[in-house]
Amino acid sequence: MTTIDQAPPVAAVKRDKSRAWRKMKRNRSALVGAVIVLFFAILAVSAPILPIIDPVATSWTAIRKAPSAMYWLGTDDLGRDILSRMIWGARASLMAGVFSVAIAVGIGVPFGLISGYFGGWVDMVISRITEALLAMPFLIMAIALAAFLGPSLLNAMIAIGLSAMPIFVRLTRGQVLAVKTEDYVEGARAVGLNHFEIIVRYILPNVFAPIIVQATLTIATAIIAEASLSFLGLGQQPPAPSWGSMLNVAKNFLSQAPWMAMWPGAAIFLVVIGFNLLGDGLRDALDPREA
Amino acid sequence: MTEAPNTEAPKTEIPMTEKPVLSVRNLTTSFLVDGEWKSVVRDVSFDVHPGETVAIVGESGSGKSVTSLSIMRLLAANVSRIEGSIMLSGRDLLSISEKEMRGVRGNDVSMIFQEPMTSLNPIFTIGRQISEVLTRHKGLTKSQARAETVRLLEKVRIPNAGARFDDYPHQFSGGMRQRVMIAMALASKPKLLIADEPTTALDVTIQGQILDLIKVLQEEEGMSVLFITHDMGVVAEIADRTIVMYRGEAVESGPTEEIFHHGKHPYTRALLSAVPRLGSMQDRKWPTRFPVVDINTGETAEPKEVAGTVDTRKTPVLAVKNLVTRFAVRSGLFATQTGAVHAVENVSFELFQGETLSLVGESGCGKSTTGRSIMRLIEPTGGEVALDGYDVLRLDQTGLRDMRKTIQMIFQDPFSSLNPRMTVGAAISEPFVKHKLGNAKEAKEKTADLLRKVGLSPDMAGRYPHEFSGGQRQRIAIARALSLDPKVIVADESVSALDVSIKAQVCNLLLDLQQSLNLAFLFISHDMAVVERVSHRVAVMYLGEIVEIGPRAAVFDNPQHPYTKKLMAAVPVPDPARRGIRRGISNDELKSPVRGMDYRPPKREYREVSAGHMVQVA
Repeated sequence: MTTIDQAPPVAAVKRDKSRAWRKMKRNRSALVGAVIVLFFAILAVSAPILPIIDPVATSWTAIRKAPSAMYWLGTDDLGRDILSRMIWGARASLMAGVFSVAIAVGIGVPFGLISGYFGGWVDMVISRITEALLAMPFLIMAIALAAFLGPSLLNAMIAIGLSAMPIFVRLTRGQVLAVKTEDYVEGARAVGLNHFEIIVRYILPNVFAPIIVQATLTIATAIIAEASLSFLGLGQQPPAPSWGSMLNVAKNFLSQAPWMAMWPGAAIFLVVIGFNLLGDGLRDALDPREA
Repeated sequence: MTEAPNTEAPKTEIPMTEKPVLSVRNLTTSFLVDGEWKSVVRDVSFDVHPGETVAIVGESGSGKSVTSLSIMRLLAANVSRIEGSIMLSGRDLLSISEKEMRGVRGNDVSMIFQEPMTSLNPIFTIGRQISEVLTRHKGLTKSQARAETVRLLEKVRIPNAGARFDDYPHQFSGGMRQRVMIAMALASKPKLLIADEPTTALDVTIQGQILDLIKVLQEEEGMSVLFITHDMGVVAEIADRTIVMYRGEAVESGPTEEIFHHGKHPYTRALLSAVPRLGSMQDRKWPTRFPVVDINTGETAEPKEVAGTVDTRKTPVLAVKNLVTRFAVRSGLFATQTGAVHAVENVSFELFQGETLSLVGESGCGKSTTGRSIMRLIEPTGGEVALDGYDVLRLDQTGLRDMRKTIQMIFQDPFSSLNPRMTVGAAISEPFVKHKLGNAKEAKEKTADLLRKVGLSPDMAGRYPHEFSGGQRQRIAIARALSLDPKVIVADESVSALDVSIKAQVCNLLLDLQQSLNLAFLFISHDMAVVERVSHRVAVMYLGEIVEIGPRAAVFDNPQHPYTKKLMAAVPVPDPARRGIRRGISNDELKSPVRGMDYRPPKREYREVSAGHMVQVA
């Protein structure tokens, strides 16, 4: 047999997981993202055991103190230590970000898959409802839902998750429509796989990349949305801290105590960057086509 | 062979002493890949003389298209580098400014591309697009440009040209759009026309028309043509001289007759022997493997016939009776049905164990829909399909899944038929595991065995599809289809997207597998030459119906239906002796199988020409 048919040079590839992990390790910006996210996650988890001041303890003698040896990041308008509020607030903010996106992805992606894959009247119904939801501004809907569910951090997360969901339905549906026409999907039917297997093994892995990117971006939006809800008294309930509620209080004292706004602002910025870098890296690492 | 109205045209003598229109010397084109310059075209030199047609032929990755893009300087400037010299009528195209180059493009040199569906701007009328060339390059006024455009459209034989000036590209068929592209290319009366695979995306009868058109226009206009193609048949028909490219180098060049009859380079010979030739099977009884040529020595191994795989005494493994598949055409606010695409209309045939039945025809003839309807990947409207004991059209979901063990499919495009997120091993073993034919260890063994069967190595199982070439991927797709030990395989244009040498290898593989596993193939293809090589029987489809069916030899040697004859006459034959041939310019288009609501398909009668050779009579 003639051998004009040549394979591109191939590096020895072992297993799927180790491969994704090795690629992840080589991707420096993804590593930076992972380190940032991990740093805040560890802080949030270890808040109860860290030797820090009670985040809700007020002190009339230490109102709006600038950062010092005693209060590393300063104090707020009620004399509470900003460092410990930041650490405890990381719990609320990260949870709000991650859980609400998990809700949005968890509901939105399956609906998008069903809508795009099956088409017909199922698609009609899901798409029209999605469009109706998308017509409502994100924040207004979150506020309405949170108010309806009652004020608490959990309800705020549910409200934010549901409000962010339609974007994922739309995004997933569009991707599915593109992937559905590929021969390998028809091939999977020809082999005798059922719809569920085709969706899980053939469609989902091939539409996942943009969903991951959208999810990391939405985490950022969700953290900020939680801040807005907190401000309206619909999210984290005072005196328990979240970065968003801290930021909202701080804006009244921007000229007198700028550190009050600086720290939560910087933290939100860093976490958002961290998730974005991580998401990008994850997307590349999970794609076998990216060398 | 061909009894179509062919007329010998007077062969134009090419005055070789004249100064060449295009003179390329030591052309080397490199691309910046990961910070390194990688040369894609190396040290290519050739001339194109006035009135001459030069073909650059090669397989994918040979650098033929990059050569043409280098001449036009159409490569992205920051990631590509062109060295050598490209002289167009004595002017060095590599030393002039980008602004001057814009004056050359579409003026001194015009280009037509492969994909007529995307190379016209869909939001402007074709008339406007052509007259723009005239007003820009030739400085004509609007009304002069309009008159000239109509003249050009007439020249490329677009019927009723004046009335079609204000039509949009979507109102034209693929072949007609390619004519429009050619008219646009001719608008500036270029000295050189570069045609990059201009007929590859077209159906074979349309391809014949376009080739004829290019030949006639070349005589009328006296321009030179640089023709880029992978198709040796097209080369033989159109080129005065031929350059064979292989992996970025011009391995051989010379007059086309020389190349075809006395090719010196082993690659040239390998390429030519891999080209399926219509009519090469005239005195053979059985499907025959393609000859295999050693790429290094150029030695040819004689092709074997694959004898006696069919046993027609048993009951057919697949029997299709009066199969009908229609798609509703809906329009209006309430999506009321206004008509139907009669994709498959009253199709009947039988397929025996170990037999290859080919369905041939052009795009839209319903051959792919037939294959998919039999597998119920598309729901047929009516008819009967008996597959190895299954009454296919009456199966429920469970029965249908069970049935899939018996019939499998191989697709056309190996780049889209494998899940990019699944390793090759997982893809091959998946059907086996799904149908619970064995445990994990057996699945692994089966996968290794299948990989060996299709000529790959078992340790490739851990890799992903993107790490393989097109030919290898098609082998993987075949292995996957075989993992259920099916009796019937529907091969839908399975070798059409492959390079010619790979195509020959994959066809040989299919023939070997048929012999060792006694497979029945429903081979769906538009490529008459390949069909002639691999089939036992052939069915010609036209507008959803089988117009002629019979043993391969009977259909190819004694075609009866006018459409069969037309189809065969249109196939380019890789024999330069036929270069002068004209098919007689027609501009028929493929008819559409879309019918109104009140359409009742006529009752068809078939006439038996010889044993098993049936032809539709009106």
